[in-house]
Amino acid sequence: MGLFNIRKSTFKHGVHPPEHKEETNGLPIRQFSFAPLIILPMAQHIGAPSQIVVREGQEVTRGQLLAKAGGYVSVPLHAPISGTIRKIANVPTISGKMSMGIYLEAFPASSQEVLEGTPVDVETATAEEILKGIQDAGIVGLGGAAFPTHVKLKVPEGKHCEILMINGIECEPYLTTDHRVMLEQAEDIFTGIEYLLKATGAERAIIGIEANKQDAADHLEKMIPEGAPVSVKVVPVKYPQGSEKMLITSVLGREVPSGGLPIEVGVVVVNVATTAEIGRLLPHGRGIQERVVTITGPGVKKKGNYLIPIGTPLRYVLDQVGVDEHVSEVYMGGPMMGVAVSNLDISIVKGTSGIVVFAEKDVKRPDKVYPCIKCGACVDACPISLNPSKLGILAKFEAYDQMAEAYHLMDCFECGSCSYVCPSHIPLVQYFRLSKSIVRKRNTAKQTAEHAK
Amino acid sequence: MLNRTLNISTSPHITKGIGTDDIMQNVVWALLPVAIFAVYSFGMSALMVLLASVAACVLTEHFLCKFSKKESTISDWSAVITGLLLGLTLPPNFPVWMAFVGGVIAIALGKFIFGGLGYNVFNPALVGRAVLQAAFPVAITTWYPAFLENRFSTVSSSTFTMPFMEPTVDAITGATPLSAFKFDHVITPASDLALGLITGSTGETCALLILLGGIYLIARNMMNWRIPVSILATVYVLSGILHLIDSQAYPPPLFMLFSGGLMLGAVYMATDMVASPITPLGVVIYGFIIGLLVVVIRIWGGLPEGVMYAILLANAISPHIDNLIQPRVYGTAKSVKGS
Repeated sequence: MGLFNIRKSTFKHGVHPPEHKEETNGLPIRQFSFAPLIILPMAQHIGAPSQIVVREGQEVTRGQLLAKAGGYVSVPLHAPISGTIRKIANVPTISGKMSMGIYLEAFPASSQEVLEGTPVDVETATAEEILKGIQDAGIVGLGGAAFPTHVKLKVPEGKHCEILMINGIECEPYLTTDHRVMLEQAEDIFTGIEYLLKATGAERAIIGIEANKQDAADHLEKMIPEGAPVSVKVVPVKYPQGSEKMLITSVLGREVPSGGLPIEVGVVVVNVATTAEIGRLLPHGRGIQERVVTITGPGVKKKGNYLIPIGTPLRYVLDQVGVDEHVSEVYMGGPMMGVAVSNLDISIVKGTSGIVVFAEKDVKRPDKVYPCIKCGACVDACPISLNPSKLGILAKFEAYDQMAEAYHLMDCFECGSCSYVCPSHIPLVQYFRLSKSIVRKRNTAKQTAEHAK
Repeated sequence: MLNRTLNISTSPHITKGIGTDDIMQNVVWALLPVAIFAVYSFGMSALMVLLASVAACVLTEHFLCKFSKKESTISDWSAVITGLLLGLTLPPNFPVWMAFVGGVIAIALGKFIFGGLGYNVFNPALVGRAVLQAAFPVAITTWYPAFLENRFSTVSSSTFTMPFMEPTVDAITGATPLSAFKFDHVITPASDLALGLITGSTGETCALLILLGGIYLIARNMMNWRIPVSILATVYVLSGILHLIDSQAYPPPLFMLFSGGLMLGAVYMATDMVASPITPLGVVIYGFIIGLLVVVIRIWGGLPEGVMYAILLANAISPHIDNLIQPRVYGTAKSVKGS
């Protein structure tokens, strides 16, 4: 077998959008200024919103608990700045929905000293205590998904976590957040890995990094603590390698079963910036107050990687960095999977990995949609080998059941590679998002009907 | 400044930037050398045939769109390809009016009736040619020699045959390598075939230029390389085996590869994206079927050439191949069967 076991360390298919990372990957992380008023939505993670424990008019110190977790799949929220609670009201969020939130006015001359809580000692803490510490710190996936990390780390009964995979892929064009974190926060990352190994019971950790961040890989390799069961694996650049399943396939050659979680193949995946945050916060019992955000795109004047307090209004951020007067589109996240911003009064949240600004001249949106010519570009792009062409045709005929049952619609994780390559400019991934939500709704309706019987 | 209204759209916010019209245009560019060589070797007659079929296709598409109150789709360039491909498969001395009729049929019955670009079941150019072959069996098998001295100053006597009239048989005709083999058992050297120093359909003679255009499109990711490769490999292997069994009765494989419409068919006709399967394995099966049919028709059929029928038959099977062959989805054990 050995001779034929040479496997290219990447996944099947995928695309190569222009990277545009060189514009910010050499710029060190800089502290962003404190906005005079910050806005904190309670729903900035997947799961139940946080529950507010402060009242209007109350003075709070940076790091103080503002809201507690609203359940198991939820995290608390800490004050990113010292100041006064001005108002508790509905605030806008990126999805367009309003969420209960807090308006916090900064003390103009505060030292912004951070309040610390109960430290979690990696030597003595149990796995449960570490998970609790991670939840108490308000940590969610910083790669963009914002799923509560402690839930993800919980290895189900009867399952065994063999490998802790640290995701340093950052395959979205333009974004360099994780790249800078790996270059500048190596010690935090390795401390974080120590906590995570203990929390999951994993035997070893692998840091997966794309070849366009070789400097980060070399640096981390050098910084691995003596005797730590950690290795660095560099994989070829390809979108969407940052997706958990693709990363596992690239690094380990394992395939996560359809509909299953990485733990099915003995892996738990954690984003590298999340890992660094755990390593930085847990030894002091602090809560997360700020995060690294890449502000970039052709429409931005002072591009860079900034450490921005959670809750800083987007309008304030863009005012500070300066944007092209013909600004046309603003994305939260990268251009492949990021969400277009409709309202600048939303704020930087825990899941904001980047802000990409395009001016009018930079938006090259095709004006014409042609019929599907079955060129197969989408089939060659889909990282999970779906047939987007066929799915697109079925979506037009509203054959959602057939899409789900015969063509694996629900496996689509909406990376957008199909839409990216489609020469007929068919909004394939948008069809699939809608189709998926319709199938989900139908399934829920079916279940409810069955329960009623 | 920040009070501007922002555009919102769904992700991805960037595209690769290659449009369907770009692909079609590039196919036209790739075909141009073939067309130019055709005019060089057959002269004005070939030019007339090409112009007539392209004009017929573009005009038919334009007026059918207008007639059905839709926006004209000629700007996607696909009608130009159909016209060029049809013209290139016709004899250079083919009457212009017949070429025009072929173009009208190709677009109207081969493409528009199914719903236009993206919906055609068959390669439209081949539909046009099949109708012409059935309607004008003599004219479509009357060959004109290449490299006549006065080819740029005069046209063949059949070129300007009056509409609805059959041409009078030309005094100067030539035999194609395939008919020479089929009926007289003469084998043309492969080098003559590759370079196009032979008689044949307008654009089928110079295999090298056809291959170059194909390589250009494959390099630009605008053509599925598996289709020509699987067709040509099938023809080469099958005819090679036959030739080994009996080198007198069966032609050598290189002769089979470079003669007739096989190159043009394999590279430009069978690769019609709409009428071919979409998955890598499906495409290879499709190519194998075409290759097999070409060998069977050429060697045991009544016609000297079988590429057209081979591709049309495979076009018909293609949707079924797509239904049966789906890629294995990540994380699933078996390939999906469509219903």
